[in-house]
Amino acid sequence: MAVAAFDEMYLRKGECRRGYEFLQRWLESTDPQLLAHRRAEAELLFRRIGITFAVYGEADAEERIIPFDIIPRVFTTSEWARLSAGLEQRVKALNMFLADVYGDGEILKAGVIPAELVYCNPYFRPEMAGLKQPHGIYIQIAGIDIVRVDDNDFYVLEDNARTPSGVSYMLENREVMMRLFPDLFAFNRIAPVENYPEELLATLNSVAPASAPEEPTVALLTPGPFNSAYYEHSFLADKLGIELVEGRDLLVRDNVVLMRTTEGPKRVDVIYRRLDDDFLDPLTFRPDSILGVPGLMNAYRAGNITLANAVGTGVADDKAVYSYMPEIVRFYLAEEPILKNVPTWRCREPDALKYVLEHLDELVVKEVAGSGGYGMLIGPTADKATIEAFAAKLRDDPDNFIAQPTLALSTSPTFVDSGVAPRHVDLRPFVLAGADKVRIVPGGLTRVALKEGSLVVNSSQGGGTKDTWVLDA
Amino acid sequence: MLSRTADSLFWLARYMERADDTARIIDATSRLSVMPTMYSGESNEWESALAAAGSLYSFQQTGKTPDRDEVIDFLAFSNDNPSSIKNCLATARHNARAERTALTSDMWEAINTGWLDLKRYDGSHMDRDTLNQFLSRVKEACLRFDGSAHRAMLRNDAYHFLHLGVYLERADSTARILDVKYHLLLPRDAPVGGSLDYFQWASILRSVSSLTAYRWVYHESLKPWLVADLLVLNTQMPRSLASCYDNLTGLLDELSLDYGRQGPSQRAARSIQTRLQNATIDEIFQRPGLHEFLTAFIADNGRLGAAITEQYLT
Repeated sequence: MAVAAFDEMYLRKGECRRGYEFLQRWLESTDPQLLAHRRAEAELLFRRIGITFAVYGEADAEERIIPFDIIPRVFTTSEWARLSAGLEQRVKALNMFLADVYGDGEILKAGVIPAELVYCNPYFRPEMAGLKQPHGIYIQIAGIDIVRVDDNDFYVLEDNARTPSGVSYMLENREVMMRLFPDLFAFNRIAPVENYPEELLATLNSVAPASAPEEPTVALLTPGPFNSAYYEHSFLADKLGIELVEGRDLLVRDNVVLMRTTEGPKRVDVIYRRLDDDFLDPLTFRPDSILGVPGLMNAYRAGNITLANAVGTGVADDKAVYSYMPEIVRFYLAEEPILKNVPTWRCREPDALKYVLEHLDELVVKEVAGSGGYGMLIGPTADKATIEAFAAKLRDDPDNFIAQPTLALSTSPTFVDSGVAPRHVDLRPFVLAGADKVRIVPGGLTRVALKEGSLVVNSSQGGGTKDTWVLDA
Repeated sequence: MLSRTADSLFWLARYMERADDTARIIDATSRLSVMPTMYSGESNEWESALAAAGSLYSFQQTGKTPDRDEVIDFLAFSNDNPSSIKNCLATARHNARAERTALTSDMWEAINTGWLDLKRYDGSHMDRDTLNQFLSRVKEACLRFDGSAHRAMLRNDAYHFLHLGVYLERADSTARILDVKYHLLLPRDAPVGGSLDYFQWASILRSVSSLTAYRWVYHESLKPWLVADLLVLNTQMPRSLASCYDNLTGLLDELSLDYGRQGPSQRAARSIQTRLQNATIDEIFQRPGLHEFLTAFIADNGRLGAAITEQYLT
């Protein structure tokens, strides 16, 4: 299915958009054979790096390396300024929302959002109600998925407020591009992303609890080597210079979190956790979790540890709550939202449900708590039987679904087998919210649907990644 | 440093060292076994190889005949033998992968490439050329690993724990190799066994890569008590027990300086080191006897490993 989409490089045939001129010159003056050669080189580099995170003794492991496209995706300085202002605004509002729903619930009392949407949400953690989060920040690390459909507007597709991943690709992609095309970097001013680890560490240090010393001890908590994002966990711990801990490396004594070291137990002040809420503490959440730390939540309640992100942030990136984001921004900040929301029909509302059922073949329908493309219906590409089966599910439990129009994601020039051709892209920038300020490195993870016409950027379905360049004026 | 990280590094190094030691034992045995039988002696060389690698008991559990093919398969490839070269590399790689951040990228690549490379070999009825190729690949992987650790690692606790593993494993291996042949290493005054023993002694030295070193140190033809002297007491010889213990005490001292605290492992290592420093090879042969001395050493060495685990790794 081909969609007439906004192309980020060409306005019309041959007319190049501002910011992309150098790329056009470069693509025109570079021998396609050299590009092919560089692409092969990039693949080799990734395979070498990739082996460290994908191969784990399985025969099919090589296939799990995500394809990399060597043509960068470009944002101008002013585009980025607007986007990052929007991101900062959005994450501020999300944090205020969480502080509110785990506190006095003003937004619910004001009737902006139905209370049951929050309190009955599976990601709402009653254990967090009434607890003060250090510095009032719940989401220290957010990955906000952005798409554009025209020259002017950025749309937020999803707010990933739990344990967003992918930042290691942003850093590795840049590393590979700098190795392959040093000239492009020499002749163009491209804003660096390499300082992300320092920014992350500064953010984590800033949110340490009051009981922590001047230089707090930060650790990254991973589920372990069998987790699919383990490579990213160890990559980040290494770049940050902090310990990569598993649950069994930590213990809680007198409500203080300690890690087992060769010098005896050592106090930990901030945990950047990449482990889901459910598994964090078997005494509070799932009792069968062997990945977590018994007593961790007691230490949290005692104010002795900061968890980043906080427990219970999932209620903010729920898709039904998402649909209220414009209202949430206005309620807390009294500002107009800079980033747009994709129009969303909440199937819990009878009128919306009626509309959705009548237009299933043109809509995308998602489960409110789903992620990673699971439990989704893409109307325009689904066959009749699938649509009918989905309609039955929808009627059965309308509260569990939202629907959105199929967006014509923007396209970006991509080096494919047939040469350079437009392919649909999205963007996940990473937003760091510290006690002192919000930090956003200029860039992010651009995902690209390599199949012609495809709108699905997920790596499991033929998606790849690109380096993302923000031009430095 | 996390205890789990230190533990992984310690065992990673032990398994790499074990792979290398086992490769050398197979190599030396393989040479000896092509000698005419009158030189290779009465005993089954391949059974000795199992004993030297510390795998005789587990081999016997399989009920197989200890001939060339079976022993090579067991020592190098068998999945049932936790200390087979293949399993050593797989375990080392597993530990390395879990502790990527504590290693330099060269060290990781040495292990990972070695592991990928050696996976291709299959143990059944390997001809001589393929076997030699396999064994030199193992040694190369271990050399690359050692070399990249030596060149690029910070001299911090990670380095110390890694090398504690190396020297503890190496001391164990040298002691076992000697002990298997102790009956050939007669004291100075005993009647010498005739020229056929020459190849046996040469083979002992070869299995610890020291035949040339022997000649440089002693400028003499092979004498059994000098072979023992070289491998037990000579501190110039990097595989000797004395040299391993100079390194072990040095590493443990570094750790106690780093951490500002001494413990049972420092004391245990120093006491073994002192015993080695004060011994002469003649005394060892006379009382308690080489076999008894080595047996006691292997046990003490094991206790040091347990003390290190208790003090740092849990």
